[in-house]
Parts: sequence; C-alpha cells; structure tokens
Amino acid sequence: MDMTTAEMLLMVAAVTIGVQIMRWVPFALFPEGREVPEAMTLLSKVLPAAMMGMLVVYCFRNISPLEYPFGIPELISAAVVLALHFRIGNSILSIVAGTICYMIMQQYIFV
Amino acid sequence: MGEKKRAFKAAFPNTISIMAGSTSLGVVYGMLMETAGISAPWAIAMSAVAFCGSMQFAAVPVLAASVFEPMQVLVLSLMINARHLFYGISMLEKYKDMGKLKGFMVYTLCDESFSTESHCTVPQKVDRKWFYFFMSLMIYFYWVAGTAIGSLAGMLITFDTTGMDFAMTALFIVLFTEYWKKKENRSAAVMGVLASLTALLVFDGVTFMIPAMLLMLMAVFVRKKIWI
Repeated sequence: MDMTTAEMLLMVAAVTIGVQIMRWVPFALFPEGREVPEAMTLLSKVLPAAMMGMLVVYCFRNISPLEYPFGIPELISAAVVLALHFRIGNSILSIVAGTICYMIMQQYIFV
Repeated sequence: MGEKKRAFKAAFPNTISIMAGSTSLGVVYGMLMETAGISAPWAIAMSAVAFCGSMQFAAVPVLAASVFEPMQVLVLSLMINARHLFYGISMLEKYKDMGKLKGFMVYTLCDESFSTESHCTVPQKVDRKWFYFFMSLMIYFYWVAGTAIGSLAGMLITFDTTGMDFAMTALFIVLFTEYWKKKENRSAAVMGVLASLTALLVFDGVTFMIPAMLLMLMAVFVRKKIWI
C-alpha cells in the first residue's frame, strides 16, 4: 500500500530532522562570541584532514577485494588521480582524467 | 552588485568537480526514486529539503516498500549523519560573522561544502561571506538539479553516465593529497585513514563512521602533543 501524503511528509521530515540536528549542534553549543574551549580548537585543527581520510575510505567502502573485479577499476583510477596530482597538481585535470579512466573501465573493460 | 558578482566568479571554479559528481549522483538518485515508484515532486522535495546524499540513498528502500517508520528513519538519519558534528566543529571559525547567510551555510553543510570550503582560501579582494555562500549555493543547486533531471527525464538520457560519480571520489582524493602536501597535516590525514579502515574491518560500510569518529577522538585526546 502506498503512503499517504501526510505519511510521506513525515518521512521527509524524519530524514531532514536527523541530518539537521547533526549540522546545528556544534553551532548551537558554541555560538559566536562565546569562547571556544581549547579542546574544540584542537579538534578543528585535526579534523579536516582526518575526515578527508574518512571520506576517501567511505568512497571505497563497497569494494570487495575477493570478488571480481577486486576493486581494480577503483584502484587504477585512484592511482591516476594521485599520480597526476603529485606530478602536475592541477585539481581539475586530476579529477577529469581519473573520472574518464574510471568510466572507460566500468563501461568497456570490467563490464 | 560588483562584490557579489566577483565572489560568484571566484567561487565557481572551486565547484566544477562537484558539479560533475553531485549532478550525476543526483541523476542516479532521481532515477532510483522513479523506479522505486516515488514521483518526481517527492524526489525533488527530498533533495531540496533533506539535502543529505548518502542518507537519502539509504532511505530509498524504506520509501519503496512504503513502510511508514518515521522514528526508525530518524534514528538512521542521526547515525549516518553523525559526521556532520565534526564538520560543524571544523567550520565554527569559517562561518563566523556571516549574518543572515549563516543559516543557509549550516543548513546545507555537507561532505562537499565541508571539504572544499575547509580547504580553499578566499582570493584577494573577494568578499569572504559571499564567496562561501555562493559555493554552498552552487553545491546545493547541483544536487537538487541532478535529482530533478534524473526523476523527470532519466529515461531520456542516452549518454552512458556509468562511473561518472567517481568525480566525487576523485575530488576527495585530490583534497586529501592537498592536505598531505602540507607536512603539518600529514599525521592527521594518516590517523583519519587508519581510524576509518580499522572501523571498516569491524563494521559495515554504513555503520563504520561513528566508531571511526570515536577512534579519531581517542587518537586526538590520548596524545595531544602530536597535534599541537
């Protein structure tokens, strides 16, 4: 049975409230003007780089190393991005080349 | 006027890879909702109001099955989105003094806006507030527009977009590399990867994030000296 409009609205609200609580809590706890505790300053220094590491891991979470294609398309494309970015350092070039590489592998090689 | 235009122009290049990544993921989401039997207005409303990619994907099977379980969905949303706590802490300084724009910045704070805005520097002579605002606005627009395209016209796309969503992965790798290039960020970058991999060994691809965040907190506070 399909959900009614009211039920759908509540479902959208549930998703929204969940994410919005997480987005607002830090700003509510440390409003502008109040001094931010030292621990938070330390975290705000460490977290950006650490969370970027988590996002990279998150992007590769669905790789199954023991099943075909063993994550090879992802690893090769990631290597292309890394190599270009360390050598040339142009973000757009690294991203476009890595993405095209991945698309070719997904569409023509590891079909 | 000139001030906003300049900020817009300066912000745009920083969002190009997100345009590719978010729009194609949005198209995939729109098409997925369509095949799940959820009409385009609902798909677009979900993207425009909830605006949280991974949780929106996680909610598709629930919506498809027409299971009315809002409390369960709320708890799932809190768990999947817990990482935003860390984004908020990182952005406390950057979003300071943004006046009436701040509400929008916090409302739409996501993986993409966090990663680009925490990393990029405001060009000279460009207004910081509008620069960040336009970046967040563009990121928001890409996701909602992608959803609209996918749900309304998904069947018309004949160009094979399979794999285009890798643009997002590539962006995160690039930004990770940028942190890596600065020596003082290196230990934090390695720590983040190790904490996430450790958590991923024990938990699955969705639930690993909270344990990973706890590991990071432990790493930071057990040996404070490393990070100062």
